[in-house]
Amino acid sequence: MSSGGNNNTKAAARVDAARRVAIFGGTHGNEMSGVTLVNLWVQNGAEIQRKGVEIKPFIANPKAVEKCVRYVDTDLNRAFTQENLSATGDDELPYEVQRAQEINRMFGPKGSAGAYDVIFDLHNTTSNMGCTLILESSKDAFNLQMMNYIKKAFAPASCLVLLNEHPLLKYSTSRSVAKHPVGLEVGPQPQGVLRSNIFEAMRVILKHALDFIELFNEGMEFPACTVEVFWVLERMDYPRDANGNIIAMVHPNLQDCDWEPLNPGDPMFQTFDGKSIHYQGSSTVYPTFINEAAYYEKQQAFVTTRRETLVASAVRKA
Amino acid sequence: MQLDEPVLLPRLCRVAVCGGTHGNELSGVYLVREMLKTETRREDGESASVLMVLSNPRAMQQCRRYVDTDLNRCFTHATLNGPVSDGTPYEIMRSRELNAMLGPKGSRAAVDLVCDLHNTTANMGLCFIAYSDSDWICLHIFRYLQKQMPDTPMRFIHFDVSNKESYSLYSIGKHGFAMEIGPQPHGCVKSDIYTAMKEGVQHMLDWAGYFNSGCLFEGGLVDVFTMVKNVDYPRDGETRNIMATIHPRLQDRDFCLLHPGDPLFQTFSGETLTYNGNEPLYPFFINECAYYEKGIALSLARKKCVTIPSIRAQTEEEEEQASEQSFASEEEE
Repeated sequence: MSSGGNNNTKAAARVDAARRVAIFGGTHGNEMSGVTLVNLWVQNGAEIQRKGVEIKPFIANPKAVEKCVRYVDTDLNRAFTQENLSATGDDELPYEVQRAQEINRMFGPKGSAGAYDVIFDLHNTTSNMGCTLILESSKDAFNLQMMNYIKKAFAPASCLVLLNEHPLLKYSTSRSVAKHPVGLEVGPQPQGVLRSNIFEAMRVILKHALDFIELFNEGMEFPACTVEVFWVLERMDYPRDANGNIIAMVHPNLQDCDWEPLNPGDPMFQTFDGKSIHYQGSSTVYPTFINEAAYYEKQQAFVTTRRETLVASAVRKA
Repeated sequence: MQLDEPVLLPRLCRVAVCGGTHGNELSGVYLVREMLKTETRREDGESASVLMVLSNPRAMQQCRRYVDTDLNRCFTHATLNGPVSDGTPYEIMRSRELNAMLGPKGSRAAVDLVCDLHNTTANMGLCFIAYSDSDWICLHIFRYLQKQMPDTPMRFIHFDVSNKESYSLYSIGKHGFAMEIGPQPHGCVKSDIYTAMKEGVQHMLDWAGYFNSGCLFEGGLVDVFTMVKNVDYPRDGETRNIMATIHPRLQDRDFCLLHPGDPLFQTFSGETLTYNGNEPLYPFFINECAYYEKGIALSLARKKCVTIPSIRAQTEEEEEQASEQSFASEEEE
């Protein structure tokens, strides 16, 4: 067993160059920043060109985009389960399951050597999350290095990293088809609305992400670094009555306070007749996705996270 | 008429509070549901009979604005009285049910006051929206709310639409207005917005109680914003897709005076498009989600100061006299 020693003496992990990259907009048809950006780039992709890599802008759920709804039959961003991807039935399958199979053919197959290297999936949220990058693995050094690069390039503006590796809460996203899935979530923005500041922020973050890929592909070595992440702990539902109806709202003290500490005893919900309900957990957590409109039906008022610092090994193109 | 003589108006015997006219505007949905659970009784004065209505249950169930067509455009006389068939859109059938329940529109049987609860994604604070700038009941209620809720930004918006052309749910009542509160994303309920709506409705019902019990309400001045025109997004000629967003210097600045030359839109390539009207106007409904499909990026209004008279409810005798007089004049005709 090695004595630990200086990280500089360790060789960089070799990772294949990212030659095929996709940018998904409209995985949810009413999240307008991604829809608008992808439509723009499909018409004129000059802004997203980079040397040595093919970058494909793509509308993931065109029927939902056309109707300006989150989904038509079922949430596309939960549809990429192995069961769905191998289901038979063609036209009888829900629209989004058919679409997931098509996306898996075009950009996957998920888990195979032939899958796309990177998929950026563009999302908006009604929560006050600011700019958030979402990862699905704590061990993907390439992705962690990308996060580090983007955060530094975007500074002093803030860009936080959310990690959902929870065995039960993790879900089968459209981007999970790729080897390195990256979610971009920018809010607050109402569904169906396009706000210029949100649109511009997403555009800039993506620019930095593509710059990273270009530099990486050219052979630049990225030294070992640390990345602060918010690690998903649990989902908190709204208080409900015996019939399943919501009986309280996110408390005014918690509303818009994504990423701020929620301590045991802090107010969490407010009933419709004005009573406070307090957080009963045993330690401080960092809530996010607070009051996301699309999550009412998914029984989620917010998720709790813990702050963790991950170490990313040095990486270099193989 | 002497200036200090109050205007006498019939009591408000029946008041309707409607939520969920748009199924994804959740403050009103949750408030009406909550009010249906708990009865509110007033100690002082004569309480009005309050009807609580969830206007569009199917849209609420799906958490959408509407199922087939916008319910809040279905209340013109033509739509309410036109022919129906199996293919008639859900909301048109529903508008007739609501008209039977709360109207009929234009008749003596209609409820005295309709308050229709709405939310907007625009940063408008609390707004009353009405078809008249001289409905003293609505204007007095507004003024009363302003005094009771001084920390809540509040405006009175007037759409100059004749009774014949009026299309909203609140036009069913003898008096009516929409209470529109934002900003709130559709499909969400924000506690501060909900609380403002709950207080607004409570104060309105309190006012109706005081009015019915014979209180005199002093006249005064109210600022009224009269809608002048809508402005659409610049759109691509072929696809009709929008080609610009509301400019960052205009976003969230509802009711801040917009001058000719001020920034209006920002194209996707970063160019600023300016407002080129020939008079400064007040913008509102800036970037309301539901209006993209209606071709509205923002609306523009002129502000004026309206003098409202003192008012008092008619006593029963006064109501009888007034009724006899109008009966007599109908006979003459």
